[in-house]
Formats: sequence, structure tokens, C-alpha cells
Amino acid sequence: MTEFDNFKEDLNKTFPCRQSQINLLLSLFGQRHQYTYASLFIYGHTGTGKTAVTTYILNHLKLPHVLVNCVECYSSRFLYEMILNSLHVNSVTESSDLVKCDNMNDFVRMFKQVSEEKGIDKETIYIVLDKAERLREMEMNILPAFLRLQELTQQNVCVLLLSEIVWEKFRTGSGYCEPFVLHFSDYTNGKYNNQLIEIMMLDHPTEYDENFYRLYLNLVLSVFQMVCRNLKELHHLARLNFQRYAEPVKTGEATAEDTRKLWKNIEPHLKKALQTVYLREVSSSQWEKMQQSIEAGQPPALQGLSSRSHVELPYYSKFLLIAAYLASYNPAKTDKRFFAKHAGKMSKQSKLLKKHERASNHMLGPKPFALDRMMAIFYSVIEGRVAPTANIFMQISSLVSLNLLGHVASDDQIDSPKYKCLVSLDFIKSVSRTVNFEVMRRHLYLNCDI
Amino acid sequence: MFLVGIQGVPSVEEKSKTTKEVDPGEITSLQNVQDELRLRFCQNPLSPALYGYEKERRQLFDLIKRTASTGESNSVLVIGPRGSGKTMTLNSIYNELIEDDNIRENLLQVKLNGLLQTDDKIALKEITRQLQLENTLGDKVFGSFAETLQFLLDALKCGSQSSKPILFILEEFDMFAHYKNQTLLYNLFDIAQSDQAPICVVGVTCRLDVIELLEKRVKSRFSHRQVYFLNNYNFENYCNICMSYLRIESKPVSSDFIKEWNKQVEKLSKDGTVRDVLQQQFNFNKDIRALHHILMYVVCQLNETHTFPTPSDFVEAMKVTTTDSKSAMLHGISILELCLIIAMKHLTDIYDGEPFNFEMVYSEYAKFAQKRSSMQMYEKAVVLKAFEHLLALELVKSTDGSGTRIQKEYRLMSLLIHPSQITDALQKYPQCPTEVKQWASTSVI
Repeated sequence: MTEFDNFKEDLNKTFPCRQSQINLLLSLFGQRHQYTYASLFIYGHTGTGKTAVTTYILNHLKLPHVLVNCVECYSSRFLYEMILNSLHVNSVTESSDLVKCDNMNDFVRMFKQVSEEKGIDKETIYIVLDKAERLREMEMNILPAFLRLQELTQQNVCVLLLSEIVWEKFRTGSGYCEPFVLHFSDYTNGKYNNQLIEIMMLDHPTEYDENFYRLYLNLVLSVFQMVCRNLKELHHLARLNFQRYAEPVKTGEATAEDTRKLWKNIEPHLKKALQTVYLREVSSSQWEKMQQSIEAGQPPALQGLSSRSHVELPYYSKFLLIAAYLASYNPAKTDKRFFAKHAGKMSKQSKLLKKHERASNHMLGPKPFALDRMMAIFYSVIEGRVAPTANIFMQISSLVSLNLLGHVASDDQIDSPKYKCLVSLDFIKSVSRTVNFEVMRRHLYLNCDI
Repeated sequence: MFLVGIQGVPSVEEKSKTTKEVDPGEITSLQNVQDELRLRFCQNPLSPALYGYEKERRQLFDLIKRTASTGESNSVLVIGPRGSGKTMTLNSIYNELIEDDNIRENLLQVKLNGLLQTDDKIALKEITRQLQLENTLGDKVFGSFAETLQFLLDALKCGSQSSKPILFILEEFDMFAHYKNQTLLYNLFDIAQSDQAPICVVGVTCRLDVIELLEKRVKSRFSHRQVYFLNNYNFENYCNICMSYLRIESKPVSSDFIKEWNKQVEKLSKDGTVRDVLQQQFNFNKDIRALHHILMYVVCQLNETHTFPTPSDFVEAMKVTTTDSKSAMLHGISILELCLIIAMKHLTDIYDGEPFNFEMVYSEYAKFAQKRSSMQMYEKAVVLKAFEHLLALELVKSTDGSGTRIQKEYRLMSLLIHPSQITDALQKYPQCPTEVKQWASTSVI
């Protein structure tokens, strides 16, 4: 019994703040030979320890179990064979010994066989299906059959389904034996007992004081917590930026107690990280390189978002893109007003009427337009005369292959194809800036909010 | 009558007699009680405990017995909601029948399940296997399904004797109706009604409209005999069922502990709180399996310091089994994501349930963040990432299929959370800014 208590203590140390979940799981598992629920459904946000806690318990208590990730086993056959072969584990050495199984009927039969062969049919066998939401995409009978595997095999087996998605979303059709639903709650982030910090403190850098790192984590959370409460993400960001934070202390510019100075030093970095590393605009190694190059006094090579909205295009292509954007977002009937030489002014009445309609062109997304209309706008916005050569049309198709324009599939019209502009307003603004074209002021039919 | 096959039970009793130590004895007897009860609440209990259905059971029993003893062919459908005891009754009938030596030698049972045998080929293989005719079938090749089945049945005719009676039990009967041409059902019913071999086909299903699923030619071969298992017990019966599940009747362990246990169970059955919990559960779901879930939880919570179930265990179990999972998930999202959800809620209100897209949500959020709060306003890309997280959690769902080529900012979405769940989550959310709370509670129309 004391051994078990030791184990429990260990478990609580390895997984802080998960005590109630651990206790519940252990009590449900009970003794090795005892029956438990036919299926357990464990859900919770990423990083709440669903997989970690379950596998730790199963591994350390040496319970007979199989761990399967449903992303890996994308077809039912892989799933069956994975489970059977991992139960077989010791005896399988060559690929010829691997079991073949491609339907539920054989699976159930072979499962019985294997467990009897291995002599584990007296104990509860646990089958853990991680990322269980994938099971919904497989054949209709798989999920219901796994939920009543105990009944079908007449054996002491427990199926654990782990998922990020709530159980209600799994119910389709009939045949479902309800599993016991278990929630792994998120880590509370109160002012006084922030569990996230407790967990991230587990691997604080040994060369620094614990309190120092705790203060740093507090700062990181103050920047990121509003946006993201994913432990993995936060942990990654904290590790990545710590060297930068500790630098003034290392060089002697500031002491470890001078929190204000340290905060001033790190704040812009964290804010920038929010816009780049967090969004995966740059990889963490690129981020580190960028940091180094800034330190060396060189201008940074890559700068996240701004780098993406800076694409080098041929001169005419830029105008073509602008024309496409205008064609996509301006209503066709306003073309006359924007692009004709002597456009009449709108009457007051129609201005009032339009107000409601105005609201939403940028909300609903780009509209498809015919090639002719785009070309007309193009000739109107570009300075000087441009001959409609094949070169121009070539550039349109290269814009399509760059995914800046999209081809709308209106099948039967070969002579007048339709397109859609796929770039954002910010992008088009920066493009028009490079050619000194004022897209905002003169040509765009805008909603007042933007 | 409960049969408990726990090893080492006699040795435990011996030990407690010899050493006279109360404590370890009590722990082991508690464990034995737990073993026994856990076994009762799992999916394959050793000893079925049945309530009611005497008439239905009699009817089925007679029917199957006639097939078994006189070789009469029959077909019947057993219909009833899940967890009403259909399969259990059939099992107990079979077990009672084979107590007769004559029947045990003769009657063969084939059990099929719609979840396992997903097409005719697999089903036929399984039938062969269960009739132990793999050798007879060998490598013979047959033209049609009917031929094969007929051959299998002929193979069972031994010498001058007529063929052995076979009991076919088809679980999840409705699934078999989805096979191509319903070949299996057609052949089974055909054999049953044309008296080629004595078989009894029992279909078990929870669908009341199952007859409608059958094709005309299949329907006309079915005897249209249906037995309904409807759990029409009242709350008093429900309570009794619950308590009889907890009571231990046999005495595999030291009888003192059992006596004490039963006394405690008796006390529970009169307890107001427990009855309240049961009433709540009964109103919500009459299914016995749902009751098993609660009782299993209660039994699992017992340990050496907490040897008898208490009313608070029941309350706790009820709480665990009825938590609203979406509210629980909302508790773990970030403030930004929460803001987006509130924006979506407002949009749904404004446009009367019409779908929205990310751009609309963003502009709604931007309006709030710029004008009405002191909160930091985040970049569009950051907000989009938060939005995608909500999409991954399936709290928001795209209304048109994922196959469309619309950019993700403009894809139409609908919110899958009820306003009450949002309010609930906001109340429990740790340190939710007051501005956000106010924003959520303002009405937009």
C-alpha cells in the first residue's frame, strides 16, 4: 500500500495541479483485475495533461495497455493492426509475424485470442485512443464498436478516448453506448496561485535564481495570457526569450532586483514575438538569428508580417493587381463614377439610400469579375498607353499561379473567364504605395469603418 | 443468485479467522465487494439481474423452445430502447434452455452483431465459424450467397436425423437492413418460412420503425412477430432497482461486513438526498445504463478510509456525469477568444441567426476594443489565430462544406454555443474584465 502512496506522490510531483484528475483516474482504474467503465472519454484543452497523465499511470503501474494515436492510424486497418501488434509486442520480431486484420469482426476475435495467449485476460486491458475525434471520419461502425468493446469481446477491457473536442460532437446516428465523460480542467490563472507559472517553474534554468525566473514568467504571461492560454505555446515563448531578458543582468547593466529596468528592456521584444514567433511567421531558429543580427547592429533580414506584404512584381502586374482588387471590391455600377472622365456627382438622395448597402463590401469578401471589366479598369488607372499584348495576359495567368488572383470556375465561358482578387487591403495598400497610386483616396468604394 | 469467481476468497477468510485482525480483513472484504459490484456495472455482467418483462420473456422462451425441441422454424423481432434488457433476456433464456441435456446437445447458437459483421461476406464467414463448419466448407466455391448458406445448413443434417435446430440472434438488426439487397436477411427469413431447416431468427433492435427498412420480398417472408421491451417502470421501481444493485446477497466474504454493507445500503435507500439525486436522474434518463454510470462512480470512490457509500457520493457522481462540457471548455479559453465569442453572439443576435464571417467578427471586436474598453487591441493575424483555435475546438462551424475555395476570412460560420452557456462561462471565468462582462450582457438590438 505504501508503494502505491509513493507512486501517487510521485505522480503529483510530476504533474502539479492535476491532483483531482489523478485521484479520479486511479480510483476508476482500481485494482488490476477489477472491472471498470467500458469506455472513458477524457477531454480538455491542449496541454492539460490528458495524454501525459494517462500514459504515465499506465506505464508506471505496468498495466497491460495499448497507446494509439488516431492521426497516425488514419485508416481502420492500421488501427486494428496497431492495437493487435502492440499487444503482441514481445513475440513480434519479424514483419512476417505481424497480424493482418481489416475488419471489426476479425479484430474482436483476434483481440480475444491475443489477450488469452499473452495471459492478460484476467486483468483490465486499456486501449488508449488519442485524438479520438479522428475516429468520426472512419467507417460508421468503428466508434460504436469501440464503445462497447467490453460487451463484444466479453473481456475485461477499457477504451480510453482522449480528445480536445466535447463528447456531444461525437454522437451521430445510433448504437452509442455512452462513455464516462471526464474533464481535464484548464490551469487556473488567478493572481495569487497561477498554476501555469507553477508548471513552467518545473524546468527553470538552474543558473538563475528561482524568484528571478518567476518574475520573468509573470511578465511573459502579462503579455501573452490575454491572447493564449496554451501551456505549450507559452512555455515555448518563455524559453525562447529568456536569454534576452537575462542579458542585462549578465552584462552587469542591471541587477536581478531591478525589475523595472528589465521590463523596459524586454517588453518590446515580447510584443514583437507576439506578432512573429507566435504566429509562426518565422521559426524559432530564424527568430534567434534575427535577435543576434540586431545585437550585431545589422538591420534584420526578415521582419514577419511586413516581409510578406512586400512582394516584388513587375510594374504592369502591380497595376493589374490593383485593378483586380478594385474590380473585386467596387460594385460594378460605381465604375462610371470612379473611372469615367466626366462623372456626375451622386445626388443627396441616393447617398442616403446607399448608406445601408455601403456597409458590407469589405465584410463579405471579394466578388468575382469578368476579365473585360478588369482590363477596362486597368487601362483607366495606368498612366500612358498600353497595348493589349500577350505579355499583359501572361501576367494575369502568373498572378493566378502566385495565388494573388483566383480563377472562379464558371465552366462554359472560355472567352470571358472570371477572376477574384485574393489579397488583403493592407497588401494592396503597400503595392500601390510602390507605384505612387492612391488607391484609398480616389478609387475605392469604402465602408466608413476602414 | 450471484456467482463470484474471485480467487483466494477462502484464504482470506482463513486469514481473518486465524490472525483475528479486523483491519486487513475489512479491506479485503471491501475489495471483494468492489470486485463484485464493478462486475455488475460493466457491460458484461456474469449474472443478469432482470426486472419485469415476465410476459415477454415467457413468449420468447416458448418460441425458442419450440424450435429447439420440435424443430419448428420461427422469426421474431425484439424491439426496445437501449439498455432495456433485450440481450440480457435472450442470454438468460438460452442459459435456461441448455440446462436441458437434450436441448444442449441439439441447439446451436449463432450470434451476429450489426457492428461487427458489416457485410454479407464477413457475416457468412462468421456463421461458418460459429457453426464450426470451416473444414466442411473447405475450398468449395459457390455461386451465390443462398447456395453457400444452404450448403452450411445441409451439412448440419447428420445421417438420417433431421437437421439440428439453430438459433440466430442478430443484434443491431437495423444495421443488417443496410446491406446490399438485404441478402442475409432474405435468406434467413426464407429458410425460416419455407421450413428448409429448423431455425429461429431473433432480431434485436432499438428502432421502432425497423419493419419499414425491410424490402418487400424480405418483409413478406418475415413472420411479423414482434416483442416489445419498454421500460415502463415508475420511480419507486427505479429506486428499488438501484438499491438491489447495491445489495450483496451471497456471502463470499466475512458476513459481518456484508451485514453492515447491506444495512448501509438500506439506510441510503431511505435517505432524502439520494432519492433526490435518483429522481433527478430518473426524470432526465430512465436508462439503466446511465444508472450504472452513477453507481460505478460511487463504488469506485470507496477505499479503506471511506468504506461505505454516502449520500454525498451520489451528489458528486451526479455532478460529474451532468457537467456541461461546452461551458467547461469555455472556461479554458483566453480573453481574446472569449471576446470573439461574444462578438459572434452579438452578430447572431443582430442578423437573427444568419451566418457570419471572420471579417464581421473582427470589425465587431475592433469596435469594442477601440471604443469601449481599455484593453489592448490585437493585430488581425493574432485575432485570426484565436479564431482558428475556436474553429479547431468546434465551437464555431463553417456552414458551407470545407471544400469551398472561399478565403478563410470570408467563409461563413455559425456559432454552436447557446447564449446561456456563454453567460455561465463568463460567471465562472477567472478574473474576467468587467468591460467584457458588460459587453456580453448589453443587448445589441
